[in-house]
Amino acid sequence: MLALLLGVSVWACNDPDPEFGTNEFGRLQLVFDNVVGTEDLRLQTGIYNNAAGEQFSVSALNYFVSNIRLKRADGSEYVVPQDSSYFLIREAEPASQTVTLTNVPAGDYVGVSYLIGVDSLRSTRNISELKGVLEPSSDMNSGMSWDWNSGYIFFKMEGSSPQAPINQTTGERRFQYHIGLIRNLRTATVSFGPDVAQVSATSTPRLTIRADILRVFDGTQRVSIAQNNNVMVSPFSATIADNYVTMFRYSQQVKTN
Amino acid sequence: MKRWQGLGVLISAGLFGLVVSCQSNEPVEPTTPTEPQPPQYQTTPYPWQKPANFPDPVYDFSKNPLTQEGVRLGRALFFDGMLSHDGTITCGFCHIPEAAFAHTDHTLSHGIRDQIGPRNGLNIQNVAWSRTFFWDGGIRDLDLLPIAPIQNPVEMGDTLTKVLDKVRNSAKYPPLFYAAFGTRDITQERFLKALSQFMLTMVSANSRYDKYVRKEAGGTLNEQELRGLNLFKQNCSTCHTGELFTDQSFRNNGLLPNPNAPQPDLGRYSITLNESDRNKFRVPSLRNIERTLPYMHDGRFSSLEAVLNHYASGVKDNAALDPVLKQNGQVGIALTKQDQQDIIAFLRTLTDQQFVTDRQFKPER
Repeated sequence: MLALLLGVSVWACNDPDPEFGTNEFGRLQLVFDNVVGTEDLRLQTGIYNNAAGEQFSVSALNYFVSNIRLKRADGSEYVVPQDSSYFLIREAEPASQTVTLTNVPAGDYVGVSYLIGVDSLRSTRNISELKGVLEPSSDMNSGMSWDWNSGYIFFKMEGSSPQAPINQTTGERRFQYHIGLIRNLRTATVSFGPDVAQVSATSTPRLTIRADILRVFDGTQRVSIAQNNNVMVSPFSATIADNYVTMFRYSQQVKTN
Repeated sequence: MKRWQGLGVLISAGLFGLVVSCQSNEPVEPTTPTEPQPPQYQTTPYPWQKPANFPDPVYDFSKNPLTQEGVRLGRALFFDGMLSHDGTITCGFCHIPEAAFAHTDHTLSHGIRDQIGPRNGLNIQNVAWSRTFFWDGGIRDLDLLPIAPIQNPVEMGDTLTKVLDKVRNSAKYPPLFYAAFGTRDITQERFLKALSQFMLTMVSANSRYDKYVRKEAGGTLNEQELRGLNLFKQNCSTCHTGELFTDQSFRNNGLLPNPNAPQPDLGRYSITLNESDRNKFRVPSLRNIERTLPYMHDGRFSSLEAVLNHYASGVKDNAALDPVLKQNGQVGIALTKQDQQDIIAFLRTLTDQQFVTDRQFKPER
């Protein structure tokens, strides 16, 4: 018993929380499973069809998940401390798809909300506070920042489609969606449905959230690759953001210790 | 604490001690003891001073205290072609010290393989007071600025990670980083902060005009220059405000988009996407303006005479035109030829001879 308490106290002090000492802490994992409709997303090799009837494949899919809040049944929230609340989900890097939250107050959680992107406040911090996935133009950042306009790319999806206009220089038919800009920040809210994620010192719920990239093409408004194969900073970027924020669905829970 | 309430005071005290002790553990900087190091790491503060007639700087020096060693490192990087893809373009290539760090005589910026960019590069001076950078204000922090030219395909054309690898693998830089930061570990943050340190030393505040307002020796303006100063205050200082000679806003000054540009340059709009920012560009400082020709975001005017002529008779009415340039239905600023000459005479008093000849701004020999 004493050993356990010491373990918890040492663990908790890695990231001091104002609530420390009033509660028990545990971990919670969110797994982002990128899918296409009912299929698992396969980079490069998978060939899919969007709502506009266009065929496409995906070569890259990255997005930031940040400012995570866990919701309790009574409506209250646990706000993950900002310093440990920036994650870059990359389809090409399976380890990046599991987000492990530590020092989560023990309790029953029924849902989660998070920003797709990086909030404006963090974006304007000193470079000494932009580390890891937030270090601009670093390897860890995986091309998820702009250099001509200080800021992050929140969501990046690239691929090819026979319906995309041909690039006269490269002869390729590609589409590229690089969505950023503070005005395109969107908050996704995902309910765990009938499930309750019980966090305790000995129980780590692992919750899978499916991100269906078909929604990027028709979440709220239909997007055609033929008409919009390059979307970055045009006003149309807001449409892509409105679409992708709808792509998250709770799938299942696995309890681990 | 509900699970712990039954435990004795002793254990609580022990746990408390444990928590307190672990919070005070500072992260230990990894060191490489096998590397031969100079006997000790000691920096000398750089005596950066705010000119008496200037406002407080915007840059947060507490996050990057200037040292002689840091400035020296930044200076070496600034003049090193290693920062470009093929080694041909240094920062100093487009930012020439004798031209107050502008690219004199180049209408548009010039990069690797003789590529030409879409804009006339701004000069570097008094960056400690800049809230944003570039003609469109896209860069919000000096520390992030160098990434843009390094990675721009028509400027230095490389990637920051590759440039950092080149710097790490050089014989020259690890000792300079050690001298500046106490470690040979070359990180992006230290690289960028060193460049910032050098650029922050580029303070221009010793023009004849400055000496005039500070009532210092050599601070005399002749009759024409004084007339020009008065005209300037009446007609130009709404935008070219204060001792920085800019209010750092983005405005349309009656220039229509250049019909020869391969792509329309929408200015501030490309950053904010606000319709009201379409075709607006930074109000540049006018310090050292005599040295920083050509003028405007696309370098379309090659002389101050052409600039003044534009404001007097060349301003084109358009949807974005700044209201200051259209008062009482009149487009432009009413200035006689003599007024224009007087204002130009005044603008020439903003040339800071010390700044454009200072040896500390040139490559170290």
